Amino acid sequence: MTTEATEAAMAAGHAAGAAAEKGGMPQLDFSTFPNQIFWLLVTLVVVYLILTKLALPRISSVLAERQGTITNDLAAAEELKLKAQEAEEAYNKALAEARAEAQRIAAETRAAIQADLDKAIAKADDEIAAKTAQAQKAIAEIRAHALESVQEVAKDVAREIVAVLGGKADARSITAAVKAHLKDLKGEGRP
Amino acid sequence: MAAEAESETGLVFHPMEQFKIEPLFGEGPIHWYTITNQTLWMGIAVLVIFLLLVVGTSRRALVPSRIQSIGELAYGFIYRMVEDVVGKEGLKYFPYVMTLFMFIVVSNFLGLIPMSFTTTSHIAVTVVMALLVFVGVTILGFVKNGIGFLKLFWVSSAPLALRPVLAIIEVISYFVRPVSHSIRLAGNIMAGHAVIKVFAAFAALLAVAPLSLLGVVAMFGMDMLVAFVQAYVFTILTCVYLKDALHPAH
Repeated sequence: MTTEATEAAMAAGHAAGAAAEKGGMPQLDFSTFPNQIFWLLVTLVVVYLILTKLALPRISSVLAERQGTITNDLAAAEELKLKAQEAEEAYNKALAEARAEAQRIAAETRAAIQADLDKAIAKADDEIAAKTAQAQKAIAEIRAHALESVQEVAKDVAREIVAVLGGKADARSITAAVKAHLKDLKGEGRP
Repeated sequence: MAAEAESETGLVFHPMEQFKIEPLFGEGPIHWYTITNQTLWMGIAVLVIFLLLVVGTSRRALVPSRIQSIGELAYGFIYRMVEDVVGKEGLKYFPYVMTLFMFIVVSNFLGLIPMSFTTTSHIAVTVVMALLVFVGVTILGFVKNGIGFLKLFWVSSAPLALRPVLAIIEVISYFVRPVSHSIRLAGNIMAGHAVIKVFAAFAALLAVAPLSLLGVVAMFGMDMLVAFVQAYVFTILTCVYLKDALHPAH
């Protein structure tokens, strides 16, 4: 294999030498130069015209448009974000207001109920006071009546006792005695 | 002689045959206007550029298709290169740089199609492009800076005694620019294609055929890289020369 490779390499050398003798590199064949240069210049001019008239303006506008769209979208996103924040603030404000309103209404209701309650209590107190007064009056009447009754009974009893004992008592002195006695009783017995 | 080589080993080596320029229609001498195989492939390059950059972007899509994306990438690539290397005032010359880049890169890749012709492997082509750049940049330098353009050769940061010596070196290197600029491109492309051809010729020997095939594949991949890199190098050197013309001071 090595010998084959060496042979091949030698052959390659031969071939290269042969090619060189035959006319060398096509690149150094000066007879083709005017042709190459002419067509190269034509090609470059055509490429230049394609680029400047069509391709570059279009690509640059597409890139600028894309950049603009991205910038706009970012700005829009920023705006929407601000709007969302505003909405949130408005919501929070509305919530706070509603809460305050609810508290106010609750307080008002409480106050109204309290007033009603106070009124009712006052009325009840008045009624109680009136009833108490009535009752006291009735008690006072009953007591007065009772005292009178006691006086009567005491006079009767005193007369009877005096009669039984054989004395004769006039009505006036008995009445006076009973009254004095009752006054004493009243003075010491009752608080 | 070539016939002898064939009869000895059964191998045919014509690595340079692929670069031969022939009239496309009929025989005869090649006049300056003759349509040759090279003319055909230059025309195909123009067509490809047209399809890529004009037809591909015709929909002006906001979200680009693949072809439009390639066109936009090429545009952005060269636009940024000019902007970075030359600066904002260099953007005026962006269409010229773009023309060179598109022609070279498309020709290089078209040349990789089997049986095709590689326009950029010819020194006549690359020398003309390099001279266009050289002459254009030199004229632009004098128009923009007047006689101040010569400051390019006067290295003001070096010690005074060294400056004349450096000036001579700078002048020589300035005039060597178009040579290196053009030979680099044509040489790389030509060498890559010739090596592929040589590897392919070895495939006729059964013993080394797998190795030769592997070599062809590897060289093809390598040449894909070279096709792009050489177009890039030619373009960025153009930008560098343009920068020297606009800002000659060191």
